[in-house]
Amino acid sequence: MNLKGFIAARSIRAGLLASAATMLVGFAGWAVSPAQAADPIKIGITTELATIPGKAIANGAELAADQINAAGGIDGRQIQLVIEDDHLSSTDAVSSFQRMVKEDHVVAVVGTFVSEVGLALEPWSARLHEPYLITGAAANQLSQFVHKDYARNKYIFHAYLPAAFLAQAVCDASHDILVNQFHMKTAVILSEDAAWTQPLDAGYQGCLPKAGLTVEKEIRFSPDTTDFTPIYQQLASLNPNVIIAGWAHVGVQPTVQWNTQHVPIALAGINAQAGSSQFWQATNGGTEGVITGNVAAPGVAITPKTLPFSDAYQKKFGYSPAYSAYTTYDAMYMLKDAIERAKSTNALPLVAALEKTDMVGTQGRLEFLGQSSQFTHALRYGPGYVTGVAIQWQSGQQKTIWPLNLANAKAEFPSFVKLPKMAAN
Amino acid sequence: MLVLQILIDGFAISTLYALGALGFTLIFGVSGVLNLAHGGLLVVSAMIAYYVGTRLGLGAYIGAGAGILAGIVTAMATYLLIVRPIQRSRVIPARERELFVLTGTLLWGVMLQEMLSYIFTDTPITVKPLLPGIVDFLGVTTPANEFITAAISWVVLGCLWLLVNRTKMGKQLLAASINPRGLTLLGFELSRIYLLVWIIYGVLAGIAGILLGSFLGTSSEFIPALTGSAFSIVVLGGLGSVSGTLFAAYVIGYIETLTAYLVSPSLRNVPALVLLILVLYIRPQGLLGRR
Repeated sequence: MNLKGFIAARSIRAGLLASAATMLVGFAGWAVSPAQAADPIKIGITTELATIPGKAIANGAELAADQINAAGGIDGRQIQLVIEDDHLSSTDAVSSFQRMVKEDHVVAVVGTFVSEVGLALEPWSARLHEPYLITGAAANQLSQFVHKDYARNKYIFHAYLPAAFLAQAVCDASHDILVNQFHMKTAVILSEDAAWTQPLDAGYQGCLPKAGLTVEKEIRFSPDTTDFTPIYQQLASLNPNVIIAGWAHVGVQPTVQWNTQHVPIALAGINAQAGSSQFWQATNGGTEGVITGNVAAPGVAITPKTLPFSDAYQKKFGYSPAYSAYTTYDAMYMLKDAIERAKSTNALPLVAALEKTDMVGTQGRLEFLGQSSQFTHALRYGPGYVTGVAIQWQSGQQKTIWPLNLANAKAEFPSFVKLPKMAAN
Repeated sequence: MLVLQILIDGFAISTLYALGALGFTLIFGVSGVLNLAHGGLLVVSAMIAYYVGTRLGLGAYIGAGAGILAGIVTAMATYLLIVRPIQRSRVIPARERELFVLTGTLLWGVMLQEMLSYIFTDTPITVKPLLPGIVDFLGVTTPANEFITAAISWVVLGCLWLLVNRTKMGKQLLAASINPRGLTLLGFELSRIYLLVWIIYGVLAGIAGILLGSFLGTSSEFIPALTGSAFSIVVLGGLGSVSGTLFAAYVIGYIETLTAYLVSPSLRNVPALVLLILVLYIRPQGLLGRR
């Protein structure tokens, strides 16, 4: 039935295109303007539509395409999106990637928020010479793949931060907030077992001690875990000041159970689902006091483009953007900018133009790292570029607590969290 | 301290498992249907309870009421749209009907999963707890909701026991599970009894889904695992045996909790599955099964 529906949808689309083409020939057969100039530029979006970050990829791309088209398109050509659901499956993602390239002739593919799926698509991007901008997945290996064989894999761009940079951002925020303001000294790393958290945990292990937090233990758990009580009991006996999380596949259950069991340890790190505005309801308010790293936060103007984007997003979709909406929206504008500079949609000039990207996006100043970096074609991290923010849920709202120059609130913790300062009193 | 913690957590999770699997075994015992959409019923109830209680802001109790209603509606839909048409079909040979029901409910479960993920996304949510706050029980900090969950589960189990053993209606259910043909010959309308047992099943699945959803969270993605765990418990206890199901739920619940505490939380499902395979080898009728 699926296949039939798919074929029918494709036939309708093909039919419409054919009719449109016939009409064009009919009405403008005599005109001198080449039809090619009006051909839409097709961009493929690969994502999973039933999850918050996955849907945010499609939304971010749609919003960018609408705005670019309303402003006259790219050199007069409209953007046409081809959005395909990968159902979080590498097999589905690969076949839809091939279909988008070979049948739809998209000039680039944008999306993916699961690293395992991204890693499966990368060889296909290289083989098919198809520019591929990864906007939601974080494994270090995604950009290291480009570094390993640049000549072959240069078509891949990691338009988001690799896990090593995400870990660094968490360490920087922890140093400024948890260590300097709350005198915390010890941490436990608690990560789901997934491709993106291996480099993340390695990054945490390296940078947390430098930030002033001794790592007492690293615990990895299966993403299928639903009952976190045994883990929290174990943690309570270790008595660290803070749990540094690496969660994206999970989020709701460990957060709710942390709250309902009154685990007396602060919860920070990356809790990707907590970046969504729907997280408060999903956890019935259990996320109060939870800190997470995110690309941006509501009401915080990282750049002049951040707020207009989040406002437009809220207006169009009725809820605030998840991290992958910011990155995908920026990736679409990077593509537009590169196509205009390259004056071509062919892969090689497009790749060369993307490499020279230097623009201000919603998340900060956007630049891709060069061949010499081990994270070739990943976004540049650091002050003046992209750093992300640390947000904390306070009374149902996401407040920005880091970087300090952008903060609109001071960190505070629920009463059941035992803080070092309070223990000293 | 650790022993007490394991006892409390094991008890809470085992009771939930028992309640979750009870409807599954009841419906098999009485009407011979292995409902592979079982997890779907639990998750639909939990999702509706969440939607009404949290999204619409009507509170935990109205949410729970709506969730139970959703459980009954879904159970009825499963029976009237999937199971009964297959059972009454003249096209399907009688000896193949069970297999068709199995396949039909499996596909229905997939449909429920896709529908829920389309409407609610597959990001997990939690149902509002009936009782917030924590209780310090002999030095072990435990959420109050865990106690109320266990209490409700046992009250429901008790009610079911009374219904089956102490009422006329219960006797009819028992008779239907032992000798449906005999019951028909005595003038009872079997279809009415089946309808009734599906309603009871809907209530049980609704309550179980809501309690599970407030304790462990819920998502359309959990449907296959929930069906699988109910299936494992029921096979371990003996298909159709209510007391076997209770016993097996506690065996599995405690083995999982012990593994999570003493070995590793990542391995919590493994020993129970090994036990299940061993039981299938050595005692295929299940721990307390008759056949």
